[in-house]
Amino acid sequence: MADLDQFRLEVRQWLEDNCPASQRLPITREEQVWAGKNKQFPSDDAKLWFERMRDKGWTVPEWPSELGGGGLDERQAKVLKEEMKALGCRTPLFDLGIWMLGPAVLEFGNDEQKQEHIPKIARGDVRWCQGYSEPGAGSDLASLQTRAEDMGDHFLVNGSKIWTTNADKADWIFCLVRTDPDAKKQEGISFLLIDMDDPGVTTTPIELISGESEFCQTFFDNVKVPKANLIGELNKGWSVAKALLKHERKLMSEIGGDTPGPSFGPVQAALEYVGTDENGKLKDAALRDQLVRHEMAYRAIGLTHFRTFEERMSGQADSNVPLIMKYVGTEEGKRKEELLLALLGHQALGWDGDGFNEDEKLTTRGWLFSKALSIAGGTSEVQLNIIAKRVLGLPQQ
Amino acid sequence: MALVLNEEQRLLKDTAKDFLSENMPVEALRTLRDSDDPTGYSQQQWQQMCELGWASIVLPEQYDGLDFGFMGLGAIIEESGRTLAASPLLSTVVLGASAILLGGNEEQKSSLLPKVASGELTLALALEEGHHHAPLDTAMAAEAYDGGFRLNGNKSFVVDGHSADKLVVVARTSGTAGSADGLSLFLVDGDAKGLTRQRRKMVDSRGAAALSFDNVDVSADALIGELGQAWPVLEAVLDRGRVCLAAEMLGGALECFERTVEYLKERDQFGVKIGSFQALQHRASLMYIELELAKSVLFDAFSAIDDKRADLPQLASLAKARMNDVFKLVTNEAVQMHGGIGVTDELEIGFFLKRSRVATQLLGHSGFHRDRYASLCGY
Repeated sequence: MADLDQFRLEVRQWLEDNCPASQRLPITREEQVWAGKNKQFPSDDAKLWFERMRDKGWTVPEWPSELGGGGLDERQAKVLKEEMKALGCRTPLFDLGIWMLGPAVLEFGNDEQKQEHIPKIARGDVRWCQGYSEPGAGSDLASLQTRAEDMGDHFLVNGSKIWTTNADKADWIFCLVRTDPDAKKQEGISFLLIDMDDPGVTTTPIELISGESEFCQTFFDNVKVPKANLIGELNKGWSVAKALLKHERKLMSEIGGDTPGPSFGPVQAALEYVGTDENGKLKDAALRDQLVRHEMAYRAIGLTHFRTFEERMSGQADSNVPLIMKYVGTEEGKRKEELLLALLGHQALGWDGDGFNEDEKLTTRGWLFSKALSIAGGTSEVQLNIIAKRVLGLPQQ
Repeated sequence: MALVLNEEQRLLKDTAKDFLSENMPVEALRTLRDSDDPTGYSQQQWQQMCELGWASIVLPEQYDGLDFGFMGLGAIIEESGRTLAASPLLSTVVLGASAILLGGNEEQKSSLLPKVASGELTLALALEEGHHHAPLDTAMAAEAYDGGFRLNGNKSFVVDGHSADKLVVVARTSGTAGSADGLSLFLVDGDAKGLTRQRRKMVDSRGAAALSFDNVDVSADALIGELGQAWPVLEAVLDRGRVCLAAEMLGGALECFERTVEYLKERDQFGVKIGSFQALQHRASLMYIELELAKSVLFDAFSAIDDKRADLPQLASLAKARMNDVFKLVTNEAVQMHGGIGVTDELEIGFFLKRSRVATQLLGHSGFHRDRYASLCGY
């Protein structure tokens, strides 16, 4: 414990010395630094902060240091996270490679693949996107049809992927493809990495109800993919995908931490847009009740995050609790957006132009975007199925 | 913050589970009910619980306590909720003893607390006067009289009030109902002159009483704490009670939930197990989620008591409101998912349903605690 306290002091000192003041302010969407061949830095400070964190390996604190990571254990990584939060330090680098692909390559990749891909992710040299869902394979992911045919020295890929977030900006895509069309659903699937620059790969953005177009559809037309890009065993991609989905769900359960949104939280918004009576109570009793229900639920969820961490640390891991976090995080996240909308009243109903400030417009757009949270990464209904089956052991039909 | 049990606490929980399932299963409550037991709990089993150290677990060593902390007591109480074990643990050890420990003088503490620890003395907190939990609305009058005090008024829904050896009575020595100023706590003997105690038969088969005070005189040393300044002590006592009661409710809800899930796996209809129906699976999963969130809240609430944290009032309201809601959800769903037998007296699920509603009203329903939480957070 003393070592950890010492580590905390060192981390705090280093962050104070190295994180520019401008990088300790709340981040907007435009200010995020995303990985990629052609990285865009919104400011010199953002570049400096990214480079310092990269050189320390703290873009990926828990990855092995020989592969460009920070080499920290889970407790140390938590300390770093806490100290960054305390100082308000921005996340220096955003990428699906960090959150999702990297952990899967570290677990399932061979040495060459690790050497090839992990340092590039750690340095932010490549921007990754995900190719899982297909127009005909949503919740029933395992029915996917994108075909990768074994041509001897390479795979030939044909098909299309949908909800490929930021595919129009990504350099590479990690995909689930069907390598054995005759095998049972889950058994003929493989996990393949594809260069978006390869001939035959095209991407179209999809406009969402929020007006944004982060999500895309990506098409593969006779794309030649080297065999070295297969992660894990042939036809065993489903287990890689499941491991990776766990990371995605964990990430989504923590949503709100670093996502740009309005500068106010529900309580602040309530005080500002609804106001209090002479006893200091929110003037609208119904909204006050909605607000307090959300705040209490949020606290319970936060405590549950802590509990799962402590259980892991004390070796009493109840592996089932993490399974509920995707559901509760996204469902409560949606309730929060509905609450903000209600609290702001007319001011959260603007789409564009005058009469609405930035925070108000972000509230409107955020509310619309939040509808995707309980769909992406496994719908809430699928999460409830998983709990019923794996945790409660209820019989399957 | 501790959100997991340590080795000793786990051991304590296992011991409690063994003792309770062996000696005080739900069937024991049915027997108490059917035999019209005047006390509402078994004296003999209460003595056994005291021998296991449960009455002394949170008391300081100087008063013959074990000083083991509320996290440990909470683990025991949670287990007691699983079997709906009737005992004066909440009224005596949590509410009564806390009032003396947090508000009393040295003389009161050293003469009474060791007797609580040994099981010789039972206590009850006489607080409520209206139809809902409303500590500030206390109107019962205590006037200076003959060097001591004279109490007049009525108390209702006093848990174990008909059987307790001594009562801790919340009364008003100044101010008007609704004000925090002017509340005082008094120790009154259960057989005091002018005190009438009537046991009320409650739906959960446990003990609660209506008390009537008609010129009940007590001496000056019956006063616990400062005259008219009882509010902060009372709040602290109630918060401990709320957290402990919430732990009992968690135990009850977990038991009820697990029995229901087992039933879903056993019951055949339409040629399949009913647990294979998605309509039921999703509802079961939702209950599981609510229960897991509740566990985390309870752990933190007990840590807040043991670490003397300033946010205990928030955690107590969070815990009680959540368990009110979750216990209600789980007991309603348990009855519904059991179908026809769910509404029979033979099935024990009904006992959980009944206990849940009594426990909900005790020490504050959800609306009370959400209002309190909001006010504590400044909105």
